Amino acid sequence: MTALPHTATVHKPVPHDSAPGHVAGAARYIDDLPEPEGLLHAALHLAERAHAKILKIDVSRALALPGVHDAITVADIPGNPDIAPVAGPEPVLASGTVEFHGQPVVAVLADSLQIARRAAALVTVEYEDLPAILDLAEAVEKKSLLLPPLGLKRGDAAAAIAKAPHRLQGELRLGGQDHFYLEGQISLAEPREGGDVILRCSTQHPSEVQKLVARVLGRPLHAVTVECRRMGGGFGGKETQAAQFACLAAVLAIRSGRPVKLRLDRDEDMIATGKRHDFLSRYTVGFDGTGRILGYELLLAGRGGWTADLTGAVVDRAVFHADSSYWLPDVTITGLCCRTNTVSNTAFRGFGGPQGMATTEYVIDEIARHLQRDPLEVRLANLYGQSERNVTPYFQTIEDNILPGLFDELLASSDYRRRRQDIDAFNARSPHLKKGLALTPVKFGISFTTTFLNQAGALVLVYEDGSVQLNHGGTEMGQGLYVKVAQVVAETLGIGLDAIRITATRTDKVPNTSATAASAGADLNGKAAENAALAIRGRLAEFAGGLFGVPAAQVQFRAGNVTGGGQALSFADLVHKAYLARIPLWSSGFYATPDIHFDRAAGRGKPFYYFAYGVAATEALVDTFTGEYRFTRADLLHDCGASLNPAIDLGQVEGAYLQGLGWLTMEELWWDDAGRLRTHAPSTYKIPTARDLPADFRVQLVAGRANPAQTVFRSKAVGEPPFMLAISAWLALKDAVAAATGGGAVHLDAPATPERVLMAIAAAQPRQAGS
Amino acid sequence: MSEPVRFVSRGQVVTVGPDVPHTMTALEYLRLRLRRTGSKEGCAEGDCGACTVVVGELAGDGNLRYRAVNACILLVHQLDGHALFTVDDLAEEDGRLHPVQKAMVDAHGSQCGFCTPGFVMSLFAYFRGHDRADAEELKDCLAGNLCRCTGYRPILEAGERMFALAGGSTDRFAAGEAALAAQLQGLARSRMLRHSTPDGDFLAPETPEDLAETLATLPEGENWILAGGTDVGLWITKQRRNPRSIVSIGRIAALRRITDHGDAIEIGAGATYSDAFAAIESLHPDFARMVRRLGSVQIRNSGTIGGNIANGSPIGDSMPALIALGARLALRSRAGRREMPLEDFFLAYRRTALQPGEFVESVTVRKPAADSRFAAYKLSKRFDQDISAVLAAFHLRLDGGIVREARIAFGGMAGIPARAPKTEAALADLSFTPAAIEPAVAALAADYTPMTDMRASAAYRLLAAQNLLRKFCHEVNAGGKIGVEAAE
Repeated sequence: MTALPHTATVHKPVPHDSAPGHVAGAARYIDDLPEPEGLLHAALHLAERAHAKILKIDVSRALALPGVHDAITVADIPGNPDIAPVAGPEPVLASGTVEFHGQPVVAVLADSLQIARRAAALVTVEYEDLPAILDLAEAVEKKSLLLPPLGLKRGDAAAAIAKAPHRLQGELRLGGQDHFYLEGQISLAEPREGGDVILRCSTQHPSEVQKLVARVLGRPLHAVTVECRRMGGGFGGKETQAAQFACLAAVLAIRSGRPVKLRLDRDEDMIATGKRHDFLSRYTVGFDGTGRILGYELLLAGRGGWTADLTGAVVDRAVFHADSSYWLPDVTITGLCCRTNTVSNTAFRGFGGPQGMATTEYVIDEIARHLQRDPLEVRLANLYGQSERNVTPYFQTIEDNILPGLFDELLASSDYRRRRQDIDAFNARSPHLKKGLALTPVKFGISFTTTFLNQAGALVLVYEDGSVQLNHGGTEMGQGLYVKVAQVVAETLGIGLDAIRITATRTDKVPNTSATAASAGADLNGKAAENAALAIRGRLAEFAGGLFGVPAAQVQFRAGNVTGGGQALSFADLVHKAYLARIPLWSSGFYATPDIHFDRAAGRGKPFYYFAYGVAATEALVDTFTGEYRFTRADLLHDCGASLNPAIDLGQVEGAYLQGLGWLTMEELWWDDAGRLRTHAPSTYKIPTARDLPADFRVQLVAGRANPAQTVFRSKAVGEPPFMLAISAWLALKDAVAAATGGGAVHLDAPATPERVLMAIAAAQPRQAGS
Repeated sequence: MSEPVRFVSRGQVVTVGPDVPHTMTALEYLRLRLRRTGSKEGCAEGDCGACTVVVGELAGDGNLRYRAVNACILLVHQLDGHALFTVDDLAEEDGRLHPVQKAMVDAHGSQCGFCTPGFVMSLFAYFRGHDRADAEELKDCLAGNLCRCTGYRPILEAGERMFALAGGSTDRFAAGEAALAAQLQGLARSRMLRHSTPDGDFLAPETPEDLAETLATLPEGENWILAGGTDVGLWITKQRRNPRSIVSIGRIAALRRITDHGDAIEIGAGATYSDAFAAIESLHPDFARMVRRLGSVQIRNSGTIGGNIANGSPIGDSMPALIALGARLALRSRAGRREMPLEDFFLAYRRTALQPGEFVESVTVRKPAADSRFAAYKLSKRFDQDISAVLAAFHLRLDGGIVREARIAFGGMAGIPARAPKTEAALADLSFTPAAIEPAVAALAADYTPMTDMRASAAYRLLAAQNLLRKFCHEVNAGGKIGVEAAE
């Protein structure tokens, strides 16, 4: 293990740049900004049918309310109303039919938010009901698909399964998940001269908002500017789905000639915006007596909802991650993008990866139950090798598999084997309470699987006083991207972080950016900003070399000083001299991830630049009377390469784990027979609280191991990978259920609410012998 | 004629005039009128805590009490006579952070930052009320604040660190308490607050007699009685209703009284769950354990038992426990006072025996006898601050292991909180052992036909209800609690 080079700013646990503002209430979100003169407020009327023809829309009562200025339908969109990010159609307001219960139909504009919301409720729509597909299984049966399936195939899975000594088949359902970002969707649009518009929008993807606003206005991209200083959480929910509300605010602003704010309330936000895809999986697996998988056939059906949004890429990533961390010699994996009359699902941390991985971890667990072995042994038997058995089903060779070492380390630090014995002993003597323990790995591929998205730009401006403004295409949603990129620039220029001002992400500073997504924000924007800073440093070094009489290569930038040949200048002094000498003091920077490619038709390539790894062991305690449970201990070990900021990364790992635990345990989306989401606020949709954190929570970053790939300061992406450490919590519950039912097969869908745990106990039959 | 609402903020008296509608929340007032935008709206229903503020209130002993509450469902008028502290107020004027804030920064307790103001204020209330941190108490203190980013570990750490940073719980607010108390005394009223606006009126009587008279003379239209606002607040923010009058009972000291009658405890309808916690604990520790979970600190600081009863909800967690304990209600109107057993108060889904002009005055609970066994069980998807799928309360009198009397009530199993007469009858004279009670367990299926909804399926509700009776029996026989909480 090579020691990391000495650094002043990167690799240091620097606090989030906005932390003092957060704690003082001084960090501003869009709804906190001083309201522009003449601001009007918009509100939406949402569809009250899951699938219906629109016969008539009556906005007269809404318009009659004092203080109401406008009410628009899709017919009032001046440009192209299709806001599909990839494949449409996706009308910005319902067009001809409504496709899900809660689809926006009318947008109303009024003097105040209260009046706008009252007016929106006065809109009446006449419908003629159409048949609706609400259930995912029905969509699978009826082949109701949004896009063609993606298939990966190696060898002959069916033949391998037929020959295998043991076989299992089954079906699993994994629920969706609401993002529950604390700040709901919001946009503030201000008309500018010449029909231009500037928007402040809580979005992970300002460039796409810009593009779609331009489209609905029928204007070129240069007429639209989008800014985002920070979001109150995103998690994928503001990657594509902020655009609809930005577009409506922009149209209303252009129509009225006045600034317009559109802020959804919590219920509207949860009803009208997409979520993590719920999945239905069907598997057949053949394996030997040690649990080694010989053949594997897997169908992964994701619920896309009424339109494609990002479903194609989400299901692709589920398929790419269905190997979890295991060598699958003969394998067929098929991903389906199912169409239902429900809200269009979208990106959510992990982006299909969790669903693919969780399915195969579940299958591994079932193999172990079948063979009456500890699931850990079956995992180790199937784990990818380091020089053989190391090619994924999409034919990418895993070049830096550190999982065997991580298993060893966590097995020791978590005292797994002794605790396994203690738990078995506890379960033998405890009739009503049962414990479970599970240890699961994470291997997560880093890069957008849509290759062209792997690009980024930055703009670094050095002013003549030596202060620096930093801008790049990445957005800040709490993940600490801004401070990480600032650390990179500070390190590169040898200056303190306090010399750098981080400015809002704007489409007029860096154009054509990709979404801040796929965990790639720091990888891409950090490199782009580093390239910009290197360009400036190169010019300054050349200039300083001239002053000091040494070659540029001997000029050092460190601790706010520039030195060479025994001479020194402060960075500010050098910059001022360079300004007088007419040296350009700003630069853009660009980065495109090298060495990645994927042939979708052949199912072959290297879609990922590298993998991030982790291992977690979670222990659960279950009350067999009620299905209630607690997580009593969790041990997490996660790989961030040479972390740019260990404090920020630790926060990502901890937060991702608990968010994943919420997805797999308590967070339940529930639709009624009419297709209405009935869990649309925190009173009914329960995300974890402080008490749900495992009582004994031990989290470690893998120490001092640089990324072998040439990433920014050899760090690794961290946003999504640790989310999947929480699979261990769900399987710990499954382990406890198995203890309650005497071993054998356990069916436990997610979310594993107390109800599902109790019903799994009630339903489980003692294990049947044979295969 | 309209009187202004007055409260103290940053040492100044803030006057809320008739241009402020009678339905305006404290959060709207802060953000829209005062343009103090530190406090955030996350849900507008008191469930996420992003809007948490701290209300300073003069206690009977003349000292200040600090209560964390949800500003999103608190009407600004309810602040009358109190002090308000928000996240915008904590730092020194020169920008130096308060120890609570500094601890949050040091512990890396914020990521996206949108929930952070609420966490800071929950911790601030705890900081003012304690001089060191207790790990379990901190989890309770923060149960009403949702964070989607951090996983909470650093926030809990900040709660531990803040006392060390301050060297105890000393801060500039402690130093200003005497002056603030004097200022609040100056805001005391001798007669009813009438805040009239073009949209409607906010009325706050000072005595039960005033209240009875006010209710008897309200104009035609929709008129509400407001206690803590944890339910009524949502009628405004979620249902967007606009009543003619809101009559607050929050200023009536007599309705907040808790009286120990020796063999029984009487709890005034205006007493909050926090006010009544010690009394509830003295009735039975299991009742108190359940109350700690029925709502967050913010909800318990606002919500009242009387409001919980009067709104007739089928899922009020206290009802089954109170019914099992044989609670009696006192109802009052200008015409006089009447009493009834609590279970007779609930007629049907959201329909109660309350007559026009009548209000709940108090609930009286007999202390369990020495030979009685009581337990309350709350089942929900999440442990804290979640509406129950099933709430069970069992109250038995045993004589040599034989059931002499059984009172059993459930929430979540019917349209109202309801007793289980067939199960009670089946238990009579049985030996209270796991094998012997199975006929009574089976009888629960005859007492209830639960429904399937987003909280639970009918099948789970019934099986869990039956298992809870089995569990209670095991616990009685084992002489201790069995469960994940007890095991930890």
